Amino acid sequence: MKKNKNKTAWLAGLALALPLYAGANPIQDSYRAAAKQENPAFKDFSAAAGRKLYTTKVGELACASCHTDSPMLEGKHAKTNKVILPMAPAANPKRLTDAANVEKWFKRNCNDVLKRACTAQEKGDFMAYLLSR
Amino acid sequence: MSRSLTSVIRATLLVTLLAATHAQAEEKEGIFSGFFKGPLHAKNLSQATLPKYQKECASCHIAYPAGFLPAASWQNLMGSLNRHFGTDASLSIADAREISQWLAANGGTDGGLPAQNRITRSGWFLRKHRAGELPANVWTRPSVHSPSNCAACHQGAEFGRFNEDDVRIPS
Repeated sequence: MKKNKNKTAWLAGLALALPLYAGANPIQDSYRAAAKQENPAFKDFSAAAGRKLYTTKVGELACASCHTDSPMLEGKHAKTNKVILPMAPAANPKRLTDAANVEKWFKRNCNDVLKRACTAQEKGDFMAYLLSR
Repeated sequence: MSRSLTSVIRATLLVTLLAATHAQAEEKEGIFSGFFKGPLHAKNLSQATLPKYQKECASCHIAYPAGFLPAASWQNLMGSLNRHFGTDASLSIADAREISQWLAANGGTDGGLPAQNRITRSGWFLRKHRAGELPANVWTRPSVHSPSNCAACHQGAEFGRFNEDDVRIPS
C-alpha cells in the first residue's frame, strides 16, 4: 500500500514537472552550460538582449535585413530573393529543434552580420528572444 | 521461305533495332536535350539530385543542376564555402565531402571554367540570355533581383525544368 502511495506521488510529481520541462529548449540548455563556462558570473539569458542583437546592424547587414523586423514573419534572402521561413518556433515549429542546424546557422550568420563568432551568451539570448515570440 | 519474305523480315528487324536505339538515346538526354549548345556536357543531367545537396544548397537558392557548372568549378566553390559570394555558407566536413563527391561525379565537363565560378558567366548562359532575347531592364526588376534567381522566370527551375515553354518573365 505504501509502495502504491509512493508511486502515485512520484507520478503526480512527474505530471507537474513535465510541462516545465517541455517549456525548456535542450539546445538553449547546452548554450546555458557553455555560457557558465565562458563567464562564471553568468545569470541567465535575456530575450531583450536577444532582440537587441536581432536588430543590431554592423556594416550592411542585420538579422532583420533578411528575416524582416519580426521573426514571426517570412523573410527573404538579401542576395538571392529566396523565401526564408519564419524563425520563431511559434510561427514555425521546426525551428530550434535540431542542434547541428542551429549551430550551423549561428556560425554562418554571426560571421555574415557581426564578422565574428557569437558567444554562448549571445546565442542563448537570441534563442530566448525567438522563444518569447 | 521465299527470298522476298526473308528480306521483309530482315528490314523489319533492322527498323525495330534502330527505333529501340533511338528511344534509348532520347531517354538518356531527357528533359535537357538541346539545352546545352556549347562545350558544356554534363555526365548525367537527368539523375535525381543528392538529398543532401538539395537540403543544404537549396536553403539559400535553388539547387542549381550539377551540370550547370564544370566539375572543376564546383570543386572551387566547395573549397571556399566560408566565403561564398560574400556569404558564409560553411558546412560540416562530412556534409561538404559528400556533396563534393556527388558534384565531382555529376558536374559538367566544360573545357573552360566560367569567371568566378559563376553559372551566370558561363558561355551557354550568356548565349541563352543575350541582349535581344530579353527585355533590357529584366535583371534590375525587383521581382527578378539577380541573374542567379532562375526561378523568377523559369517556373520549373526548382525541379530542374528550364524549357523555354516554362518561362514567364515577371513585370
